[in-house]
Amino acid sequence: MAKKKKDDINFAPRGIGDEKDGAVQKGVDLPNPTKKKHKSLGLSEDDLKAMYEQMYLQRRFEERAMQQYQKGKFGGFLHLYIGQEAISTGTVFALNDDDDIITAYRDHGWGLCRGITANEGMAELFGKKTGCSKGKGGSMHFAKTENHFWGGYGIVGGHIPIGGGLAFANKYNQNGRISATFFGDGAVDQGALHETFNIANLWKLPAIFAVENNGYSMGTAARRHTVTEIVDRAKAYGMKSKVVNGMDVFSVYEAMKEVSKEVRESSEPYFLEIRTYRYRGHSMSDPQKYRTKEELETYQKNDPIERLKSYLLDEKILKEDEIQEIEEKVEQEVLDAVEFADNSDFPDEEALYDDMFTEDEPYFHN
Amino acid sequence: MAELQFREAIREAIDEEMAREEKVFIMGEEVAEYNGAYKATEGLLDKYGYKRVIDTPISELGFAGIGVGAAMNGLRPIVEFMTFNFAVLAADQIINHASKAGYMTGGQISMPIVFRGPNASAGQLGATHSVAYDSMYAHFPGLKVIYTSEPDDAKGLLKSAIRDDNPVLFMESEQMYGMKGEVSEEEDYIIPIGKGKIKREGSDVTVVAHGKMYHVAKQAAAQLEKDGVDVEIIDPRTVKPLDLPLIVESIKKTNRCVVVDEAHPFAGFAAEIGFLIQREAFDYLDAPVQRVTLPDVNAPFAKNLFDAWLPDAKQVIDAVNQVTYRN
Repeated sequence: MAKKKKDDINFAPRGIGDEKDGAVQKGVDLPNPTKKKHKSLGLSEDDLKAMYEQMYLQRRFEERAMQQYQKGKFGGFLHLYIGQEAISTGTVFALNDDDDIITAYRDHGWGLCRGITANEGMAELFGKKTGCSKGKGGSMHFAKTENHFWGGYGIVGGHIPIGGGLAFANKYNQNGRISATFFGDGAVDQGALHETFNIANLWKLPAIFAVENNGYSMGTAARRHTVTEIVDRAKAYGMKSKVVNGMDVFSVYEAMKEVSKEVRESSEPYFLEIRTYRYRGHSMSDPQKYRTKEELETYQKNDPIERLKSYLLDEKILKEDEIQEIEEKVEQEVLDAVEFADNSDFPDEEALYDDMFTEDEPYFHN
Repeated sequence: MAELQFREAIREAIDEEMAREEKVFIMGEEVAEYNGAYKATEGLLDKYGYKRVIDTPISELGFAGIGVGAAMNGLRPIVEFMTFNFAVLAADQIINHASKAGYMTGGQISMPIVFRGPNASAGQLGATHSVAYDSMYAHFPGLKVIYTSEPDDAKGLLKSAIRDDNPVLFMESEQMYGMKGEVSEEEDYIIPIGKGKIKREGSDVTVVAHGKMYHVAKQAAAQLEKDGVDVEIIDPRTVKPLDLPLIVESIKKTNRCVVVDEAHPFAGFAAEIGFLIQREAFDYLDAPVQRVTLPDVNAPFAKNLFDAWLPDAKQVIDAVNQVTYRN
């Protein structure tokens, strides 16, 4: 037997390795969006206006946040959701308001969609006491539990079992609620996902697990870090699954409406691979050398906000000036939020010790 | 008082709390049909059914995280680990999530969860089954850590742990499950978390020892008594919050202290107690504080090496002799 040449071995990640002209394909393949119009999806014209306003708010909130970050108004990490707004919006409109949502650190859009005000969100980014988490969490840890938004979590995959636990408690209490756990494509390689999927189906937890596959786990293309298509993770655990176009809010809404109904009725977990694209870097310090400008532009042609805007105009639901009116309102809301955050106080020094324990006078070792 | 095995005291605590509060449930490997790897949950499945006594797959990270999510969403989970040596696989959930979610969200989340199971070594099980984790978890803010030495403490403190609205690690020992002790028959017997106990009164030297090491200290004290040395043993019972005043008061009386700890020496419980004593009781000390710990070495398998590795009464006696200048 001939000896293998020494240079035959390398550990460059090939993942599912679909190649074109010798190069691994990057980004994601978007499935066709739904052909249904809003009425057949059960959405009213008011719903559409609210959806548009919400998506535009998420976009402008983050664009302004980015400016403030660059001006040095706050520190820490800033992971932007820009490009993925259809997923949070389609989901929140499809689920019941008391269904439990939990996500990873790319969480601003989710928080805004679940009722964190622009003021509370921006103030949290600035680390102010008026922030949604009182300045204790920052960008990665938005939360509003009274609205069943359990927060953003910063350890990749660490919140996936917690999402299962939210569903466990709902089943235990027979309260009719389901949980929906969102994470990025990097998290699909974590053991936490696999352990949770197995247990979720073993115990028939009413839980939706959804990967927002934006094509890149930081700088590594999804197609380079995972063997098999991500959606196929579900097969190993006998879970139902589907691939969804995450650049189209109607497609997300339709899928979430169907899937949430099924999960609620059957009390069985469901895995969704929602394909999308993030326009910005992984965080603010990402030179984005792993992808081309052309690739980004291709996905931007499918922009979820522009797409909904065209629909609103084409279907004569809103006129140009009415859209502009919404946009101006949002613009003002976001500018006000920046001012609010800037003018808010930092937490009092005593707040350092608050919220560690539930007791009024907890023990602190020193 | 009733004489109970350690495992029976634990079972009574869980049983009473499950009967008292519907939101309390227990999950872990072999807790249900098998009746517990160490029989701590024997009979609970028959009494409470599969909804509240739940067998898990061998997925420590997964089921610990499900416990964390369930606690956030209103339940009061007891998560049993077959040993805390396996809980290392779940450390992300305990250290990164259970202890931090409340703080990071500005107090929006409460975390009433108990992680419990045997801690430290249990004979010749090799290096990965033999580590004492109480000091390590006590390092992290947001966690309470209990490692008891006797059935009575275990019952009263486990009931407190289950009622606590914060994450609590409750540690036991494979080698103590069969140990018998008098347990209070007081109805709803509760011992507050953070209160230590003088387990043996004495005037010559204070020995601080908890968990399995309490029994080593007790053995040493019996021997030393024959030599005319009167040992006071303080069992802190709770590692964190620590009952420091109890230790300091004892040292004010004895002026000498030995700490016996089942962890490795670096940055462990003994190191911490040593620091605190020099700060709080410096002027009362007649000798430097000594400690008896595991060496900075992994647990060996061979019987002779294992015996040399684990702190024993002789090492405690030597340390006491040192602080009393009897050698």
